[in-house]
Amino acid sequence: MTIPTLIKAAGFLAILAFPALGFSDYILHIAILILLWGFIYTGWSVMGRFGLVSLGHGAFMGIGAYVVTMLWNHAGITPWIGIPIAVVVSMAVGFMIGFPCFRFRITGHYFALVTLALSEVARLLIVALRDHTGGSLGVTPNSVISADNPTSFIAMQFSDKVIWFYIVVAVWIAGLIVWRAVDRSMIRYAMEAVSQEEDAAASLGVHVTRTKLIVTMISAGMTAVGGAVYGQYQLYINPETTSGIAISLQIVFAAIAGGMFVQLGPTVGAVITLLLTETLRQTVGHDVHGLDVMIYGAMLVLFIIYMPRGVLGRVIEVFDRRAGGPSGPTAQPKPQPGE
Amino acid sequence: MGEMLQVRGLTKKFGGFTAVSEVAFDLDEGEILGLIGPNGSGKSTTFNLIAGALTPTAGTVTLEGRDITGLAPTNVCHKGVARTYQIPRPFRKLTILENVALSAYFGADGSISREEAWKRAEDALDLTQLPVDAQSRVDGLGAAGLKKLELARALATQPRLLLADESLGGLDEKEMGQAADMLSHIRERRGITIIWVEHIMGVLMRVVDRCIVLDHGEIIAAGLPTDVAHDPKVVEVYLGTDAESVQSQVAGRVAGASETVGA
Ligand SMILES: Nc1ncnc2c1ncn2[C@@H]1O[C@H](COP(=O)(O)OP(=O)(O)O)[C@@H](O)[C@H]1O
Ligand SMILES: [Mg+2]
Repeated sequence: MTIPTLIKAAGFLAILAFPALGFSDYILHIAILILLWGFIYTGWSVMGRFGLVSLGHGAFMGIGAYVVTMLWNHAGITPWIGIPIAVVVSMAVGFMIGFPCFRFRITGHYFALVTLALSEVARLLIVALRDHTGGSLGVTPNSVISADNPTSFIAMQFSDKVIWFYIVVAVWIAGLIVWRAVDRSMIRYAMEAVSQEEDAAASLGVHVTRTKLIVTMISAGMTAVGGAVYGQYQLYINPETTSGIAISLQIVFAAIAGGMFVQLGPTVGAVITLLLTETLRQTVGHDVHGLDVMIYGAMLVLFIIYMPRGVLGRVIEVFDRRAGGPSGPTAQPKPQPGE
Repeated sequence: MGEMLQVRGLTKKFGGFTAVSEVAFDLDEGEILGLIGPNGSGKSTTFNLIAGALTPTAGTVTLEGRDITGLAPTNVCHKGVARTYQIPRPFRKLTILENVALSAYFGADGSISREEAWKRAEDALDLTQLPVDAQSRVDGLGAAGLKKLELARALATQPRLLLADESLGGLDEKEMGQAADMLSHIRERRGITIIWVEHIMGVLMRVVDRCIVLDHGEIIAAGLPTDVAHDPKVVEVYLGTDAESVQSQVAGRVAGASETVGA
């Protein structure tokens, strides 16, 4: 076994053993949120790392949360079926926004602006459909659990945080696997080429629009899963916490701050944002409305200027240089053929 | 004539400006056709029209009997046409080998395995005398190396028709000779049909089978390199640009070209 495999195995066991260590519910709650947001940020970075900077992922998260809750509340459809439906809806929306953008070569800042509009449209739509969605007050999935009956598999409602912890670990690992699969696929090469020289990539046979749509739809689908699980775990969703500009900006900030070019970077981003929000909550409280968004915005600018590869990306870079590895500042994991 | 490529009435207007006007020519399999003309005469635009990067205002492009006019660049590539760019457009964040391997893979429209793609890439790098190792980065390449990388990527797609745009630009005398030999070598070894664009006649004349001269988007001369170099209209176009040097150049070229033809 190689050293990285050993570290990975040890880390995995440590995570599995985490609930048995007797931490408080609060700590467990924080751990669940880190892994869940880590998953959502990982989903964002599947496309973000290739220069497809989406400021609209709040929309996909909102679709995940609301489609599942609406299906449950209004049609009694279990989240186990609701989640796949939400994923399909989210991918369809990703396609509808992505296709015209990619076909007409809306890239860079313009793409970011189009997606920014999407995230606001989603939020406003949720508010406008208040008769069904509960509007800006938010909505609670119809509860079927109680003190006597703390667990409902069919409703995907569990009062035991340990169960949620393991569910979220599974989701998070699935996200890392998807990230790695994309990283090792030829799609990565296609997207690297497209993001650097789109015309040249096309003239060498890369299906530009199709490839961009694939990563966009993977990313949208993952984010919808994240939104759905978030709703089921919190048992309360509202337009502000699951969609709109604030959430979209938080997603972008976290993925970039943690490091979108490395597998665990977005998870590190989740740690950073959670520490930040918790600190703000405990020091400033909720008095200054929108303070977190302003801080995210400012820090995002700083990171993009001074640490574009994020905290984890930077750490790995420094280690590689100490070890005298071949990787320079632009080096990335290089999969070998057949891997 | 024209079993590989038939171009008919090819015209491109940018607003009121006609960059390419009624261009027509045929190309047989295995030929090397030189497309020359001064800067701004419409050579690159002609390439863009054939490769699908631009849609023609009028005219048709027929490849191996099939109409490919207006096809998207990706599809034209999959039909067996590869092009290089006058100003190299490498994927700088990838290694040299990765640049070429992805071209092999996607040039074959994903129908080959990764192993095969990497093998084809090594082969193309070998042919263009670039480093075949997995580490070499694009940043280490000079002007000549970047031109070679353009060629290597295009060749890795295993084209039947190669469009090479100013492969000699920015090279010194020795590198030009090597590049010219490389192109004729590629034709011999792979049987690839080539259209070779250059704004100077130079070494191109001793390698090409036939020559077309563009001026202001129109073909002003076509034929064997020796005939074209003697053509009064061609001489005038080149005299019109920079008189003194061109006169001596044309003389040297005619001598060089007849040597090759005679040999
Ligand atoms: N996209 C474009 N829009 C407007 N004019 C163009 C465009 N591309 C080329 N041209 C013009 O068309 C003419 C021919 O250009 P080009 O084909 O690049 O010439 P060459 O390759 O022979 O030097 C030039 O005058 C150039 O300015
Ligand atoms: Mg040109």
